[in-house]
Amino acid sequence: MTGLWVVLATLALGTVIGVVFLRRNGRVRDTDGSRDRLSAADLGAGLGERATLVQFSTAFCQPCRATRRILADVSELVPGVSHVEIDAESRLDLVRRLDIMRTPTVLVLDAAGNIVKRASGQPRKADVLAALAAAVPGS
Amino acid sequence: MRADPRALRFGAAVTTVVLTFVLVTQSAWLLVAQVVVFAFGVAGRSPYTVLFKALVRSAPKETEDARPPRFAQGVGLVFAVAGLVGYVAGIMPLALVATAAALLAAFLNAAFGFCLGCEMYLLIRRLLPAANMEVPK
Repeated sequence: MTGLWVVLATLALGTVIGVVFLRRNGRVRDTDGSRDRLSAADLGAGLGERATLVQFSTAFCQPCRATRRILADVSELVPGVSHVEIDAESRLDLVRRLDIMRTPTVLVLDAAGNIVKRASGQPRKADVLAALAAAVPGS
Repeated sequence: MRADPRALRFGAAVTTVVLTFVLVTQSAWLLVAQVVVFAFGVAGRSPYTVLFKALVRSAPKETEDARPPRFAQGVGLVFAVAGLVGYVAGIMPLALVATAAALLAAFLNAAFGFCLGCEMYLLIRRLLPAANMEVPK
């Protein structure tokens, strides 16, 4: 009898987690408050002229490939925007500093390297474009 | 290696049903069977996936990397073995909690396409600073 209650409680918990996951996954959010700044040295790559899309990936990440495709598309579409992909495992220092819990996590940096937007999970292309337009003047 | 996402989702659904039966009937033998399935899954040869391929002949529209789901099967295996130890040794809290954790992961994957095991990878790496040594800068 206990087992049945455990099943019901687990499925209820799973439903709550799943709904929260679906609502939050890939949503591009403002990083108000804790504004960090990343330099070219942090990234191991140059910053984009107007903005940089930084993607954290791991080998054990299903949506990282699709995210890479989306961000590469966007950086081609919008002039002055570059796409940097970072292997989270080899940069655990950055992962801890930026408190990255999931892959893919996408950061939108302005021209100076300030983190202005953040998304965990695969973002939609339209949301990335909208985030760029909002964060980077004149894009 | 590539995997058919439909087969993975199907496997997660079957796993959800099997683990539900394990919890309700408290059958250690059924859990042994699921442990074996997880072990095959780690090797990339889950019997549920094989069953799906026997039933559905059509090719998937898209395939995905097989490594994340294999890692997740390993996470499932750890919890299922812990649950089995609980049932066999009569430690019911361990049996219920560990089996429920595996059920939660399987259900999230089946119902929402959310791979909890895959998500744990980075968290585990964050918690194990010693593992940093393997990765050259």
